[in-house]
Amino acid sequence: MVTLNLVLWGILAALAVGSGLAVILIRNPIYCALSLVVNFFLLAVMYLLLRAEFLAAIQVIVYAGAIMVLFIFVIMLLNLGGEETRDKLRVLRPLAFLLGLVLLVEVVAALRYRAYTVENPPLSFPLVSAPPAVTGGVREFGRLLFTDYLLPFEITSVLLLIAIVGAVALGRKEPS
Amino acid sequence: MLDTLWLIPALPFVGFLFNGLLGKKVPKAVVYWVACGIVGLAFAGALLAFRDLLNLPAEERFFTQSLFTWIPSGDLLVKVGLQLDPLSAVMILVVTGVGFLIHVYSIGYMHSEQGYGRYFAYLNLFTFAMLTLVLADNFLLMFVGWEGVGLCSYLLIGYWYEKPAAANAGRKAFVVNRIGDFGFLLAMMLIFSLFGTLRFDSIFHQAPLALTFGGEMATTITLLLFLGATGKSAQIPLYIWLPDAMEGPTPVSALIHAATMVTAGVYMVARCHVLFLLAPISLAIVAVIGALTALFAASIGLVQNDIKRVLAYSTISQLGYMFLGCGVGAFAAGIFHLTTHAFFKALLFLGSGSVIHALSGEQDIRKMGGIAKKIPITHVTFLIGALAIAGFPGLAGFFSKDEILWKAFSSPQGSGLLWFFGVLAALFTAFYMFRLLFLTFHGKSRVEQDKEHHIHESPPTMLFALVILALLSVVGGYIGVPKILGGGNVFESFLEPVFTRYPVLGPLTGGVHPLSLEWTLLLVSVAVALLGILLAWLLYLKRDRIPAALVKRFPSLYDLILNKYHVDEVYGALIVIPGRKLSELTYDRFDLGIVDGLVNFVGEFVVRAGEGLKRVQMGYVRQYAFAILISALCVLGYFLLR
Amino acid sequence: MVPEGYYLILSAVLFAIGVTGVLIRRNPVVIFMSIELMLNAVNLSFIAFASQLNSLDGQVFVFFVMAVAAAEVAVGLAIIVSIFRARTSVDVDEMNLMKW
Repeated sequence: MVTLNLVLWGILAALAVGSGLAVILIRNPIYCALSLVVNFFLLAVMYLLLRAEFLAAIQVIVYAGAIMVLFIFVIMLLNLGGEETRDKLRVLRPLAFLLGLVLLVEVVAALRYRAYTVENPPLSFPLVSAPPAVTGGVREFGRLLFTDYLLPFEITSVLLLIAIVGAVALGRKEPS
Repeated sequence: MLDTLWLIPALPFVGFLFNGLLGKKVPKAVVYWVACGIVGLAFAGALLAFRDLLNLPAEERFFTQSLFTWIPSGDLLVKVGLQLDPLSAVMILVVTGVGFLIHVYSIGYMHSEQGYGRYFAYLNLFTFAMLTLVLADNFLLMFVGWEGVGLCSYLLIGYWYEKPAAANAGRKAFVVNRIGDFGFLLAMMLIFSLFGTLRFDSIFHQAPLALTFGGEMATTITLLLFLGATGKSAQIPLYIWLPDAMEGPTPVSALIHAATMVTAGVYMVARCHVLFLLAPISLAIVAVIGALTALFAASIGLVQNDIKRVLAYSTISQLGYMFLGCGVGAFAAGIFHLTTHAFFKALLFLGSGSVIHALSGEQDIRKMGGIAKKIPITHVTFLIGALAIAGFPGLAGFFSKDEILWKAFSSPQGSGLLWFFGVLAALFTAFYMFRLLFLTFHGKSRVEQDKEHHIHESPPTMLFALVILALLSVVGGYIGVPKILGGGNVFESFLEPVFTRYPVLGPLTGGVHPLSLEWTLLLVSVAVALLGILLAWLLYLKRDRIPAALVKRFPSLYDLILNKYHVDEVYGALIVIPGRKLSELTYDRFDLGIVDGLVNFVGEFVVRAGEGLKRVQMGYVRQYAFAILISALCVLGYFLLR
Repeated sequence: MVPEGYYLILSAVLFAIGVTGVLIRRNPVVIFMSIELMLNAVNLSFIAFASQLNSLDGQVFVFFVMAVAAAEVAVGLAIIVSIFRARTSVDVDEMNLMKW
């Protein structure tokens, strides 16, 4: 049944795919970065549709807000232009597209034809979802984070510390 | 002594180990004492064993002892075992006795050589191998000894291995011997396939039943065995190595190429007499070849100019006599001649060594002469040896040679023709021996100036052996005095149990000859011997221009004989050169081309494949990413399709 | 509501696009961006599953993925900066020392 919901979602998905393609096909890296930002926003919208409100917010703040800014800073720092010189491995380009296609087909086939649970195959296309039992709100999310997933949470903070140290160490100029 | 019989061969082996390993590190005197002392001990052991054997009654003089199992392999069970009967008793006495004298002689002869430890080690090893050969109770153990003496012969001929002539001679001896050994091996395999065992006693007991008289099996086996004998004992066609073997030290020539190793073939034929008696064709061939070789070699010896070469051809000739004796069924006579020949031939060789030593290395008899008074003991002993070999009545050679000649004529297997060849060879023998004597010791001196001053008699260690051997050459014959001269032929009766142990309806029965015939032939032998001596005296002392004149009259004949009838060259053209060409061809095409080519190809292939394959990893990260993705897709695909 | 299956297909498509991007581009920063695209595609599929199975565990996972991605981007860009700081052109193919 083609509802308005579906159509709107379809437009959203098409835009997401389009911006993804833009990322990999546009020459100028700044434009690629900007396309990626668009993609992230679109994904955040989808998260909202999937009742992951907290994550939608995080996506915008962290991914689109911090990570992509970092990307753009680096592009500016290195004064990257487009790719000018001839690609030595040009012959592999068609193969790359082919492989991407193959990957897509394989993954879809895996999703469609492999049963993961007897009752709920992944691509079962239920028309009506179950009533919303849980929401992706901050309160529920936080409770889960600080109870069941406490250890990964703490370790992640250590990981971030390591990343900071590493980035600083790599970033500084050699003492002359 | 019989229980410890194994000591007799074991002791020389110990001596070999000692001198071989420690020869360079101990003083010279120790080397001499160990080597000679050990052989002396072995000789004492042999005497004791001989006495023990005599203590047994004549029919029971057969002792075997199995020491240990050597090869237990399916049907083949070979034990290391010893066998002592009158035949092997005679052999061990000769080997250890004459061997001992030669060891002592070597002390003096080799005293200025560098590698004396090596020399004495090899001599001891040879003694060990020879004793193993004659004491073995089965074919395989005998073959071990057989090969061992061949090896020692090679090692000792090539003792001065830096001399190309010596190295070549050693190699020639070994290779020619090998051809004979091939025959021996084939015969052994045939024997095993037929009899299922390699032990002499078992084989000879079964032989009359298992082999048809005159059948192909018997003939084939015996002919193959005889081939081995011709190799080891230098008969036609495999005699060519013996004259070359004179490159080795003279004591080696005396021991190995006169008294012992070359007699191994005769011993083997005598030991296998049962088989030969069942194959009259082979027996006839043995006799014919023996007679032919005797005459042929004697003819070459007539004109040789190297003192050792003359003796070498003489040895070949005398060995022919021994085979002639065996070939007409007179095995005891053949062994008798083997014994007496050991005495006087060793004496002659050692004497020639003494002459060479006195003349500072001169070996050409054209450059000798007039030295009789200067080296009297050498001269007298040499004279005795020459008389013995010529068959001068009363000395050892007379009795043994005459016995063979008589049997050659009178035995059912013999014939007048064989006898005639033998007599003619005896004439030649007497002639060339005394030619040698006269040219070496008598007449005007033709010695080179610088050598003339140093002529001196040999040291006592050398003279000792000469004297003892001379004594034996005189009295040694009396153990075999034939009946018609009043003796009881002790030797033959001593050996009789060996040759009558196994019941063979041989071709030797029958034929009683009038006494007068035997006497006549005896007198012919004596006359021939004296004639030979007289002719030599005439041509070389009285009218010494005659030999040169004869050479001028018959130049081509002289050349032919001097060059040994070009036999070596013929063999070279027919066998050696094609053989070498074939091996060069094989080496080139097959070894280098195919085998090396294959190996190189594999190597090349791996290298080139590597060169090609290494382009997979160019260093481009994206390429690696590709590879990862492709493999991930393949894995995913595999699981999807399952 | 949109069936969750569609989200999964969209996720697969985005993932394939990201993979192709990694293979095609030579600019290291753009390659990195393609990798981020891949990560986000996976995030999407996690959340889709979480919605379908009615549990928040999938979303928590995504949270951690984001945290790790942030760390990774920081360090990765620092590496890229330090490698390409001194060069004139920026081409991943020049980094070809990992070979025989």
